[in-house]
Amino acid sequence: MAHYDTIIIGAGMSGLAAGIRLAMFDQKVCILERHKVPGGLNSYYERLGRKLDVGLHAMTNFSRKGERGRPLTKLLKQLRIPYEKLELSQQHFSRIVFPERQLSFSNNPQLLMDEVASVFPHQQENFSHLLEAVLNFDDVNLQNQYQSAKEKVREFITDENLLEMLFCPLLIYGSAWENDMDFSQFVIMFKSIFLEGFSRPKNGVRSIINLLIEKYLQLGGELRLGAGIQKIDVENGVVRRVVLDNGEVLDSNKVMSSIGLPETMNIVSEKQECPAAGAMSFTETILFFDKKPADQGIHDTIIFFNDNDKYPYRKPDTLCDYSSAVICFPNNFNSDDYNEGVIRVTFMANFEKWNELDKAAYLLMKQEVRQASLSLIKKLFPQFEAELLYSDVFTPRTIMRYTGHIKGAVYGSTQKVRDGRTAVKNLFICGTDQGFLGIVGAMLSGISMANLHCLMSGDKA
Amino acid sequence: MDYQAIRQKIIDIIAEIAIDEDLSNIDDDVRLRDQLDLDSMDFLDIVMELKKRYKIEVPQDDYPKLATIKSCIEYLGPKFA
Repeated sequence: MAHYDTIIIGAGMSGLAAGIRLAMFDQKVCILERHKVPGGLNSYYERLGRKLDVGLHAMTNFSRKGERGRPLTKLLKQLRIPYEKLELSQQHFSRIVFPERQLSFSNNPQLLMDEVASVFPHQQENFSHLLEAVLNFDDVNLQNQYQSAKEKVREFITDENLLEMLFCPLLIYGSAWENDMDFSQFVIMFKSIFLEGFSRPKNGVRSIINLLIEKYLQLGGELRLGAGIQKIDVENGVVRRVVLDNGEVLDSNKVMSSIGLPETMNIVSEKQECPAAGAMSFTETILFFDKKPADQGIHDTIIFFNDNDKYPYRKPDTLCDYSSAVICFPNNFNSDDYNEGVIRVTFMANFEKWNELDKAAYLLMKQEVRQASLSLIKKLFPQFEAELLYSDVFTPRTIMRYTGHIKGAVYGSTQKVRDGRTAVKNLFICGTDQGFLGIVGAMLSGISMANLHCLMSGDKA
Repeated sequence: MDYQAIRQKIIDIIAEIAIDEDLSNIDDDVRLRDQLDLDSMDFLDIVMELKKRYKIEVPQDDYPKLATIKSCIEYLGPKFA
């Protein structure tokens, strides 16, 4: 019977990063992935020769080569991947668009500061105090306790309109909670989006995944795609082995699971308390056009649109909430690797409503989402005239099917385990439910959990 | 093993960990942290590499002894012997 030092469940960003760390130091490690395609929440597929990305619209945490102390620099160093390999190209600029006001931001934080000063002059000083608090906060400390980010930010920002606008990108790019988030997560997101910013690796998310896999295999790690897990076998509170869907049994000293906390607890043999899944799920429409947005005067990289002064970040009562959206223009990074115009539109969605539709209604509703996406593009950019060549819509149901997240909850459970420990000895959590966010956060999560639980010898008290 | 030989071994390890850094002007008496972008995660890597390459174990309590190149050599010298 095969015996491993560590088995990692899930070949997403965090699982692959954890695998690289362990293989680097000669552990016998195996990554098990249920699907034929790796990537998990940030993955990719191909239709009719077109390459489609799913997951985050851009990489957050942009930093230049060698910039010290940045999360991206740290993670590349830990994975021993040279910066150039990512071939990052920076965003032009992004916008938060509310009914009366807009705020632009880019990878130069000064732009957002200037925008706040001009749109909310009376909040200029408050905003710089918030900035100071963000910079002085130890956001990655694993001991941080939950604290409402909105309550904390209200200590600085006294204009609710500004507060709602600032929270909009941060919530929709990572919060498992409705309408609020943990302050540590707020700080991580604030830095990663407003202070460091967006970039795109050449050819999108698949480049990073391929890079991670190449490195992992080179170091002697074993990767098994199409290997779903039936059960994590626990005896007297200690992990012993995993049983695959095909009945195969793999012994392991430790198991690192990246599939989510409730999802992991659901397959543990000795019954464990199972935390609730999160409520936040989404639809996304990916549209291909015969013209590029830039040819028609659209230069934004990402737009965070909301049709109201208040930003309702919560599971809608209807299939989708069309009153707010994220619109991403993947062509609009400094280097454009597409032949066609591409636009991605994300709406908040209700998993249960999507799940109860029969096949015919499901297809019909996907059509409606596509139409709503096109209308929104037209509303924001009346000048945009292009022929739609191809489009695809994915829904909360698609997300559940491909990521295994219960209820298609993209950002996982509202219960995060920052130190990665579970009630089961030698079973650890990394990835979404550990609580570092975004692509960079996911990789850092895998790295730090692998370091802490599988590499640092001598279990500290 | 002489000072330079051990020094080279340590520099080789750091070079592999901090791929983007220039190591030609390292001052042996100044804390590595103050000269290079190294954090606690990277010191873990130095320790892991010592174990992987030379079977040298550095207990966690001794990590501070790896602060400068000079202190590394003083601490690791007898272990290389």
